[in-house]
Amino acid sequence: MRICCPICGERDLREFHYEGSSKLIDRPEMGAGLVEFHDYLHLRDNPAGINEELWSHEYGCRGWLLVRRNTITHEILSIKLAKDSSSQRKKNET
Amino acid sequence: MRYSAWQLLKNGLTGGKSWAPIWRNPEPKKKYDIIIIGGGGHGLATAYYLAKNHGINNVAVLEKGYLGGGNVGRNTTIVRANYLLDGNSQFFSHSLKLWEGMEKELNFNTMMSQRGILSLGHSDGQMDGLARRGNMMISQGDDAELLSKEELSELVPYVNQDDPRFPIYGGLLHKRGGTARHDAVAWGYARAADRQGVDIIQNCEVTGMVINNGRITGLQTNQGIIMADKIGMAVAGRTSQVASMAGLKLPIESHVLQAFVSEGLKPCIDCEISWGAELFYISQSDKGGLVFGGDIDKYNTYAARGNLPAVENVMEAAMALMPMIGRAKVLRSWGGIVDMTMDGSPIIDKTSITGLYIDGGWCYGGFKATPASGWCFAHLLATEKHHEVAEKFKLNRFEKGYLLDEEATGATPNLH
Repeated sequence: MRICCPICGERDLREFHYEGSSKLIDRPEMGAGLVEFHDYLHLRDNPAGINEELWSHEYGCRGWLLVRRNTITHEILSIKLAKDSSSQRKKNET
Repeated sequence: MRYSAWQLLKNGLTGGKSWAPIWRNPEPKKKYDIIIIGGGGHGLATAYYLAKNHGINNVAVLEKGYLGGGNVGRNTTIVRANYLLDGNSQFFSHSLKLWEGMEKELNFNTMMSQRGILSLGHSDGQMDGLARRGNMMISQGDDAELLSKEELSELVPYVNQDDPRFPIYGGLLHKRGGTARHDAVAWGYARAADRQGVDIIQNCEVTGMVINNGRITGLQTNQGIIMADKIGMAVAGRTSQVASMAGLKLPIESHVLQAFVSEGLKPCIDCEISWGAELFYISQSDKGGLVFGGDIDKYNTYAARGNLPAVENVMEAAMALMPMIGRAKVLRSWGGIVDMTMDGSPIIDKTSITGLYIDGGWCYGGFKATPASGWCFAHLLATEKHHEVAEKFKLNRFEKGYLLDEEATGATPNLH
């Protein structure tokens, strides 16, 4: 698997760290209850197919990436900086 | 037919003509008392113990492929009871006892070989950790022996003790651990379950669940609808997918674990060795191949094949541990999909759907759990109560904070 970092270009899998589901971006508010935090911390869709996930280019620019990837074929469908997506999400909320 | 030396001799002399298939291939009935989804080791063991321990024979095991074609045929065959935490420790201790009696129980040669498991330590801290683990194992009633460098030199002279980066300080030997023939475990349980009247239905894929008012009453399959009072899932890497048919979301991610076998070599490694610097382990099969593996690939996947960085990691570990391995050729490698939980420990529990039960989240260590998993899951299905050695494997432990996190890495499935 090779991953095309939006800043550094196409790089080897070894430069990247896999964090997990992209739902980790959407941390519940401080006052949220047990149910929300349990869901955030523990529960995963774990799809066989397209998964939206967080990777970090740890041995490169150290940027956080939002990757859409097929978990059956390992094909990467899109990559963007998580930072952009995160601010986009905030905008959508407000 | 009961297998015995006499049968072997008789059939050997008569051209093996009277060996018969060891399980039936029945058509599914309309309704069963209990259906187990998944004809792997855990599912078959569950069905066997339902019949044997609880007298429930009206049971079907549904397997989407062929029997034993999943993880029970894709693992590195290691059996051990060297866990640390209260809850895991009792369970795997019970499992090892069942392994020791399995061949007699099933009247099947599972080639159980208690050749010993050796875990290596590379620092004073790690040796303290091994001593602590050994004491926990002994207090659980299992065996453990702390070995010095000198004792290691006698036991495993080919191990490179003076690697500059990871020098070896000593090891912990678990003599009752070892290996078993993985396919034979599936076949043995299948034959024994079949003889108790369990229907094993192969090529039967579950495509949906019949759920009314929060209660499951049957399964849609490619062989039609099959009804049941209770349904148990034992589907390893596919746990999330099967559970999603009931609308359940689980604390599980599916990852791939790769394993490797070298060409056949003369006997050289007579125990199973676990390196302590990184996750790497190696043993030698009876055919002579070195069987080894390391860590999971660390990203979500359902592809039963891995990527090269994980391969490189394993090979580097192998070379650091025993440089002589560099002369051996790797014959084949493969990957199996493992259901990694958020704390690295398994789940045997009811679900929020009445009549639907889960046995999953075995991470990369399901094989050694096979008999006890079947024993405890059958107990839960038959009595509605958790077996005493599996009562910490509840699904709600994540929500309640009673995690069984052996590696102490938190909610990070790829680090367990």
